[in-house]
Amino acid sequence: MRLMTLPPEFITILIRCPELAGRAGVLVVCINCKSTARNELRHRFFGRDNGAAGSDLGRAYHQMFSAGRTALVLPFLLAVLLIPSVPAFAQIDFTGVWNGNTNAEDGPERAAGPSLVEFLGLPINDQARQWGLAYRPGRLSLPEHQCQVHAIHYIHRGPFAARIWEERDPVTHQLIAIHEAISTYEQKRTIWMDGRPHPSANAPHTWMGFSTGVWNGNMLTVTTTHVKHAWHRRENLPSSDEVTVIEHWVRNGNVWTHISVTEDPIFLAEPLIKSEDLTLNASPNFNPFWPCESIEEGERARGQVPHYLPGTNPWVAEYAAIHKLPQEVTLGGPEQMYPEYRNRMKTLPVAVFEEKAPPSVGTSSTPTPPAAPAGGRGAAPPAAGRGGGAGRGGRGN
Amino acid sequence: MKRIFHTTALALVAVCSVVIGAQQQIRTPKQMPLPRNPDWAKMEVETLHVQGQVHMIAGAGGNIAVQVGNTGVLLVDTGYEQMSGKVLAAIRKLSGDRTLRTIINTTLSDAHTGANAVLVKEGRLNQAGPGLGQRPNEADLIGHSNLLALMTDIGRDKIPVERWPPSVFSGKQKDLYSNDEPVVVLAVPDAVTSGDSMVWFRKSDVVATGEIFNQATFPYIDLAHGGTINGIIEGLNTVLDMTVPKHNQEGGTMVIPGYGRIGDEHDVLEYRDMVTIVRDRVQAAINKKMTLAQVKAMKPSATYEYELRFNRDPAWTAEMFVEAIYTNLTARK
Repeated sequence: MRLMTLPPEFITILIRCPELAGRAGVLVVCINCKSTARNELRHRFFGRDNGAAGSDLGRAYHQMFSAGRTALVLPFLLAVLLIPSVPAFAQIDFTGVWNGNTNAEDGPERAAGPSLVEFLGLPINDQARQWGLAYRPGRLSLPEHQCQVHAIHYIHRGPFAARIWEERDPVTHQLIAIHEAISTYEQKRTIWMDGRPHPSANAPHTWMGFSTGVWNGNMLTVTTTHVKHAWHRRENLPSSDEVTVIEHWVRNGNVWTHISVTEDPIFLAEPLIKSEDLTLNASPNFNPFWPCESIEEGERARGQVPHYLPGTNPWVAEYAAIHKLPQEVTLGGPEQMYPEYRNRMKTLPVAVFEEKAPPSVGTSSTPTPPAAPAGGRGAAPPAAGRGGGAGRGGRGN
Repeated sequence: MKRIFHTTALALVAVCSVVIGAQQQIRTPKQMPLPRNPDWAKMEVETLHVQGQVHMIAGAGGNIAVQVGNTGVLLVDTGYEQMSGKVLAAIRKLSGDRTLRTIINTTLSDAHTGANAVLVKEGRLNQAGPGLGQRPNEADLIGHSNLLALMTDIGRDKIPVERWPPSVFSGKQKDLYSNDEPVVVLAVPDAVTSGDSMVWFRKSDVVATGEIFNQATFPYIDLAHGGTINGIIEGLNTVLDMTVPKHNQEGGTMVIPGYGRIGDEHDVLEYRDMVTIVRDRVQAAINKKMTLAQVKAMKPSATYEYELRFNRDPAWTAEMFVEAIYTNLTARK
């Protein structure tokens, strides 16, 4: 769209044009135009030769001005009232390669990762807590789980680098989408800026979900739906496939502040709000390669799923005791997000951990697999082991 | 007049700006079970392309897989009878005037077989009659022999003969070649019922699982018709054997569940894990000689963390699911 100065008779309104495959654009409403003014406007838009005949926008223009004034303007304005959300033009350019700051507030999430039953500070509900307490790390050693990746509401806390670029209409230069290639696990996402709707309830879910963005001044706000079942905290706190993630992208010079608000009606009692700072990398180098090939890690009965039966997780108190914390603190919950909780912490006793051997993995329905040689990956866990028969299964990222 | 018009228009534009600036409340839609006693006139079907030649029609009961190609149309399940008109319209929209050749049933329920009789008559086995003998020239209706046995046992007064599959197979699988694609019908023994099947479109790389995989509720176990919890779990494990993710446990083989959204291996995996864990908990309680009443009393630990996600059908609650598992696992072999 060309920039132009319009006569005062015209009102410009941002709309989404169905005639243009849902793209956003500027439509111009003439309040009291004379034919000469209309022609001038048309010529400014489309040139004097092609008029309005050669394009969809042109046809829309013709239809707009071929109707009577009152028959046109009021219905049009009412129609605009019904348009729920309208992407506008880009305010800030995020193009470039960005690197995560692994020494910031989110450092513990990025490197070695959380300990077992380290749920503190997360607004999880009781269902998520029970899921986490039943979690046995050997589950991640199942071949189908091995290549499971961080979903969109977690991946910005991986050892993260991202290349961001814009996709623009070659003619109008209107922003169609922002693309983000994420180094961790070779993930790619598209943030649609053209106002298209989100998919139906029957559409597939993906790790990165389906994202649309709008500008709020200089801040990009992204809404993502259709995300797979994943985790709020790596490995042992689940996120459901019904999460909705609202991201706010803010750029200050060479720093990209990424804020996410994750709503999960299944596993969160309140929205989970996180932020990360990333730095613009002057070098375009980017390592997006993260191949993953699953392997069999030891023998196990067909269909066996490592987990702890209720009340049998032997590691519940370990993290709390090591860090001299009350047990309740490590179990998470929405109240822990607020400063008042510090007063309650002072009243709670420090957890005590007594190490004991974990129960066997199998049940009568799923026989315990034969033990591999001592120290092997498929061996039954040693007394101090945390795994479900196949090592800890943790991820170093 | 002109000034009033200007003022009105500008006021409307100001309101528009506020509306435009406001964030639309977009949220991931919930997976909901089939409505009970639905208003059929208000129910609508939705057609989604899954992959290759395979599409999914949702909203007519159980999901319907539709394979469309040069040689015709193949359906997996037919939905409720009351939705047959809308299903047929959706098929016609996908396939034009191509002939409906084959229908495969994955399980017993009305939500999957209800429109068999209507849709079979819309199809043709051959373009011309010779060779058919006494057989009517209509679409071939395929199911496992146990499915036919179940329908026969239930009786023609409850399930009309026209819904019974005349083309049955009794082994592990039946192979077809449809629209230049191998289509494998795999028996899923003693799962939701004793007559279940799943269908694997090998070139399109799509599996239609039938009811063993359900995105909205715990899997239904029809104990009265031969269903077992371990059969369902084994069926889910078989789906995991067949599916191959494209990249980092995503995409690749796509999965059409009995109900709900299109999935892939990871969706089946999480579901298999959940069903297995619940089964293990009930089995552990049985091993401790707990009675059914005691197992019910230990709720919510049996299904607790999954209930906000899967306990959405008042006709098939978490408690019913646990009771069915207990009854099944304690039944005399």
